[in-house]
Amino acid sequence: MDSQKKALLNYCIALGDDSLTLGHRLSEWCRNGPFLEEDLALTNVSLDFIGRARMLYSYAAEVEDQGRGEDDIAYLRDCREYRNFLINELPNGDFAFTMARQLMIDAFDVGFYKGLTQSADEMLAAIAAKAIKESRYHLRRSEDWIKRLGDGTDESHERTQKAFDQLWGYAAEMFEMASDEQQLVDAGIAVDRSALKAEWSSTMHSVLKEATLDIPAQDWAIGGGREGIHTEHLGYLLAELQYLQRTYPGQQW
Amino acid sequence: MVAMSEKTTTDQLFELLSSVTDPEIPVLTLQDLGVLRDISIDDGVINVTITPTYAGCPAMQTMRVDIEKALLKAGHQQFNVKESLSPAWSTDWMTPNGREKLRAYGIAPPLKSSCDQSSGGIECPQCNSSEVKRISEFGSTACKALYQCQRCLEPFDYFKCI
Repeated sequence: MDSQKKALLNYCIALGDDSLTLGHRLSEWCRNGPFLEEDLALTNVSLDFIGRARMLYSYAAEVEDQGRGEDDIAYLRDCREYRNFLINELPNGDFAFTMARQLMIDAFDVGFYKGLTQSADEMLAAIAAKAIKESRYHLRRSEDWIKRLGDGTDESHERTQKAFDQLWGYAAEMFEMASDEQQLVDAGIAVDRSALKAEWSSTMHSVLKEATLDIPAQDWAIGGGREGIHTEHLGYLLAELQYLQRTYPGQQW
Repeated sequence: MVAMSEKTTTDQLFELLSSVTDPEIPVLTLQDLGVLRDISIDDGVINVTITPTYAGCPAMQTMRVDIEKALLKAGHQQFNVKESLSPAWSTDWMTPNGREKLRAYGIAPPLKSSCDQSSGGIECPQCNSSEVKRISEFGSTACKALYQCQRCLEPFDYFKCI
C-alpha cells in the first residue's frame, strides 16, 4: 500500500472512531434522558453518529481491500488502535457535561465537514455532504440547550460552567494535525484542521457569552487520541461495545 | 417465476416498486420520499439505486429488503440494489403527492428549502393553524421534530427539512 493510500485509510478510521465513540456514549442516555423527548433526541443524534461511523468504516475497508469489513474495524480493534479524540470517549457525566461536550464537537464538526465536502476524494465529499446537514441540526440543538442551561437556574449555570471548565483542554487536539494527515491536505483530500480554530473559537465565545458563561482559561491541554494514546475510559467503553463480537466471533445480526 | 421479457421496461419497474413503502411511515412510497433514485436494466440485470435519508436511519435496511422482495415476487431474479450517497438526499425531493399524504396522515410535511427557519411556515396537520410551538428538535425518528398546535392543542410530528 502506498503512503497516501495508507494515510487515507488511517484518516477514514480516525474519523469513524470519532463518530463511533461519541455515538456509543450518546446511546448510553437511552432510557436515562431527563425526560422522554430529550431521551429520544439524544438517541437520534447517537444514530446519526453511528451511521456516519458505518459509512467511514465501510469506505476504509474498501480503501484497504484486505477482506476486512466495517464490523471488523469497529469490533476487533483494541484501545491503542483507536484514533478518536479523547473528548469523545469521556463518560457522559451529567446532562450539562454531555451537552457542553456536544456543543464543542458540533461546532467543530460543522466547520470540519463543510471543508470536507470540497475533498478531492469523491466518497469523502459525499459522506461529508450528508454529515454536514446533520451536524448543522445538531449544533442548533446543542446551542439552544447551552443557552438555556447557562442562563437558567443557579444550579444549571454552575453545573454547565463546571462542565466547560473540565472539558476545555480537550479541545486542543481537534486542531492538531496527525503525523500523516498533512500529505492528504496537500493532495486536496483532507481538511486542514489547524485552520478551523478561529471559527470554532468565535462560535464558542458567542454561545457562551449569550449563555452568561465564562470562557475557561486556556491553561491546559491534553491530546494523544490520534496516536492511539487514550484515557482509561476507552477500554471500558470498548468492553461493552465489543463484548458480543469478542464472545461469539463472527456472529451476525 | 417468469423470465424477464424483452418488454420489461424501467417504467414498469418504477410502477412495480411504487408499491414499496417506508416501514416507519407506511403512507409514503419510496418514490414519494425521493429515496428511489434510479432503475436501469443492463444485460437483463436490474439495477436499483437508492439513497439513504439519514446516515443512521434503521429503516434503510428494511427498505432494501422490501425492494428485493417486491422484485422477487414479480419473478425477477437478477438484480442489484445499490446505495448512492451523492447527491445527498434532501426533503426537497419529496413529491407533492407525498407531502399531501403526509399531511393527511397527521405529519406536517417538510418546508421547502428553508431549513434554517425555526418554525415559520409550519402548519398543524389537523386544523391548519400556523400558531405552532416546537416541543423538541427530534420526534419519534431522526427525520421528525415534535411540535404542538397552539390553537387545537394537538401535538404533532413535523417532518424535518434537510
